[in-house]
Amino acid sequence: MEATIPVLILAIPLFMFLLLGLLGKFMSHKMAGILGTAGMGITLVLAYYTAYLYFFSGAPEFVDAAGNRLQFLVFNQDWLQFYDKLVIRIGFLLDPISAMMLVVITTISFMVHLYSNGYMRDHHGVYEHGFQRFYAFLALFSFSMLGLVVATNIFQMYIFWELVGASSYLLIGFYYVKPSAVSASKKAFIVTRFADLGFLIGILILSFYTGTFNFTELTSAGVGENTFAVSLSTAENIKNIFATSAAPVFMGGSVLTWALVLIFMGGMGKSAMLPLHIWLPDAMEGPTPVSALIHAATMVVAGVYLVTRLFPLYLMEGVSLTIITVVGAVTAFYAAMVACAQIDIKRVLAFSTISQIAFMMVSLGVARPEFHEGLGYMASMFHLFTHAMFKALLFLGAGAIIHAVGSNDYTAMHGLRKHMPVTHITFLIGCLAIAGIIPFSGFFSKDEILSACLGHNWVAYVWMSLVAGLTAFYMFRLYFLIFWWKEHKVPQGHHQPHDQPWTMTVPLIILAAISCVAGFIPFGNLVSWDGVPYDFMAHFDWSVAAVSLVVAILGILIAWRMYCKENALPEKMRKALPNLWTWCFHRFYWDELYMFITHKIIFDRVCRPIAWFDRHVIDGTMNGLAYVTNKASFAIRGLQSGKIQSYVWIYLVGALLLGIITALCVM
Amino acid sequence: MESVGSIIMYVIIALSIVLFSVLTVATRKILRSATFLLFTLFATAALYFKLDYEFLGAVQIAVYAGGIVVLFVFSIFLTSHPGENSSQLVSRKRALGLFAALATFAVAAFALLYRCGMAMTQLPAMENPKMHEIGKALMGTGEYQYLLPFEAISVLLLACIIGGVVVARKR
Amino acid sequence: MDITIIYYLIPSLIMFCCGVYGFITRRNMIAMLISLELMLNAVDINFVVFNRYLYPENMEGMFFTLFAIAIAAAETALAIAIIINVFRSVKNISASDLSQMKH
Repeated sequence: MEATIPVLILAIPLFMFLLLGLLGKFMSHKMAGILGTAGMGITLVLAYYTAYLYFFSGAPEFVDAAGNRLQFLVFNQDWLQFYDKLVIRIGFLLDPISAMMLVVITTISFMVHLYSNGYMRDHHGVYEHGFQRFYAFLALFSFSMLGLVVATNIFQMYIFWELVGASSYLLIGFYYVKPSAVSASKKAFIVTRFADLGFLIGILILSFYTGTFNFTELTSAGVGENTFAVSLSTAENIKNIFATSAAPVFMGGSVLTWALVLIFMGGMGKSAMLPLHIWLPDAMEGPTPVSALIHAATMVVAGVYLVTRLFPLYLMEGVSLTIITVVGAVTAFYAAMVACAQIDIKRVLAFSTISQIAFMMVSLGVARPEFHEGLGYMASMFHLFTHAMFKALLFLGAGAIIHAVGSNDYTAMHGLRKHMPVTHITFLIGCLAIAGIIPFSGFFSKDEILSACLGHNWVAYVWMSLVAGLTAFYMFRLYFLIFWWKEHKVPQGHHQPHDQPWTMTVPLIILAAISCVAGFIPFGNLVSWDGVPYDFMAHFDWSVAAVSLVVAILGILIAWRMYCKENALPEKMRKALPNLWTWCFHRFYWDELYMFITHKIIFDRVCRPIAWFDRHVIDGTMNGLAYVTNKASFAIRGLQSGKIQSYVWIYLVGALLLGIITALCVM
Repeated sequence: MESVGSIIMYVIIALSIVLFSVLTVATRKILRSATFLLFTLFATAALYFKLDYEFLGAVQIAVYAGGIVVLFVFSIFLTSHPGENSSQLVSRKRALGLFAALATFAVAAFALLYRCGMAMTQLPAMENPKMHEIGKALMGTGEYQYLLPFEAISVLLLACIIGGVVVARKR
Repeated sequence: MDITIIYYLIPSLIMFCCGVYGFITRRNMIAMLISLELMLNAVDINFVVFNRYLYPENMEGMFFTLFAIAIAAAETALAIAIIINVFRSVKNISASDLSQMKH
């Protein structure tokens, strides 16, 4: 395969970023929107073509003789060479997951580009301030995310990882005159930076022991020129390197476990796992298309993608996979509980995102090659794919609603189904998909995850089924509260809400269509942990499917009973369980806990004494030196009288003293 | 063992050096001071002659006695009334000067006696340096030859001439 | 009786100390300059004496003295030029009255 198209996939968004960022001021808003969308459209076509070639062309560099999928290094350039062993490369690695991610990212990104043409205007069609900047940042984000998923080595991944963090920061703080947006962007940046500290340390440990950054040398073995196959023996070699090193154990865990858990910590930050999830709900301060692109579909799954990339290494250390499972399971349940009590619809979707990403994490955590050939791995990637589609759909739908109503809270909505039929139908499809109703895409992927859980541990299965039921409940609570509950009342001085222009509805319809049919993609043929295709319908567990379907329908029915028509039941429920509701509503006081730790403990107990020390001891020393110098110079200024005879006299006395001292020394 | 004449010569030279030096700084009349300086310089020249450096002695007389002292005398005539006594010294200043001089004497004399003592007794035999040897040493570039300092001194003298002209010129 | 090296050095030292005393106590700048010449001369004597006693086969001390004499002549000429210039502007050559030179 030639390198031209892969290079273009990365270069076009970067070029669009530079073009719109530097010259955006000199072009009209409309022009900037069209340019940005067109650039992304070209990238979309190229990415689709690349993915098509990879999956279906059957070229020898993509598929070996037995039909197993291979990893292919399209190019891998030295970028920064410190010395012959420490080389940082920038390259393009094509394998099942990166090809799939190319499709996901470009699809969602293109939809968001298109959608923003309509969203980033007010009701009179006037473009928002900074429209070109918005498109420039979107292009920057697309570039960084594409660079992240095609990374050939862990350091390239880290570089783009930080770039997506930076562009996320820029986009959350897009409304930089709004204090809440500014603080939300700072919060997101700081929390993810903190997590990335762990990631970086993990990278350093891993590369220090193994002497390489390259994924192909960490997890796979070469089969031809620039082609590699995932190989457990390579991962075992890595494990042996650690086991035979001078200090294989550190604080009760092997060093490899520590490295992997630290790397996972970076993933926890980006993917908003407990307890580093606090930035994601606040990140909803950004424009809604940004939430759809970055904080639902692409960037937040970077953590999942990271674990997937290093999956063979994680397999070597069961402890690290257990940690991933536990973190994921707790997060999934927590986020689902909180989502049941939120008023802001974007926050509900944010917590739903956290919960669904946690599903993917759990799925990775329970994946084992010995059970259905690593079903969990495939399920995780499948869910990533379907979730990206329906969650982007839900966010874009929510954006359309917010745009029409002018508020984020469902209390201002209610009964919108007649006013916005297209949005209503597509939103319903999204809800059905996330709830896991057959035949929508979420059903299949979630079912795979639950099967994988059951294969590993029945506790995980029961737990995750419960969370799946909760998911159906809170999504349909949201749906009913937006579109049903009671007739919509238009506040004084507002327009009747109505469906949005085609730039906004077309992406909704496309994404809804994908959500309807994506479940039937034979995903196991395309993506599996070792590249060996398998027919997952053969592994399909109908009993699990039936149970999950029943649980989902149960959740929907409860939601229907409570929220379809205006009634007193929700209020009664709240009264019956006041503590639970309060805790859910306040997100279990995590933010307050962080505030307590940072302000009361770190700032007051640690930073304040340090500041005091700095101000009084260090500055005091310097001031004291200056004071002494000052006093001393005042004391001896009389010596500089300008009288040459006194100079001579003083010089002579000094010289004589030196002479005396010398004489005393030699005697 | 030196000849008696030589010792007598030495005593005369040493005594005149000490005497005229003290008088140079002790007299309150500036012109007398310059005159005593001239005598001191002559005594020094005699000392050079006694140590067999005849060329050096000649230079000493020509440059110092003939040039510098004449400069002094002229400048004294230009700037002061030669017959006049200089003002009485402040006693504190005199004490300072005396202290400095005596302390210098004490330290240096101690060092001299301690380090040199009576060690170098004999005056070694030496040929008078011949004029053509001195000339060769001044003009050569080899070891123990001094063309570079000679040139440096020439430049310095030139700079002094220019500086002197510029500074003393009437504006 | 031998005339050892110390016999030459002591008169030279006395000459030097006279120079020090004169330089510190005299107010007239020309007198200070005369004291300076005394000190220089004392140093010259030392060079010559050491050369004569320690290395009679070489002429380094002699040449050093020669150059010192030349430099002393140049320095004196320049100093006197300055003194005359100062005298022209302030009608006085007392060192203590020249404190405004530092401004």
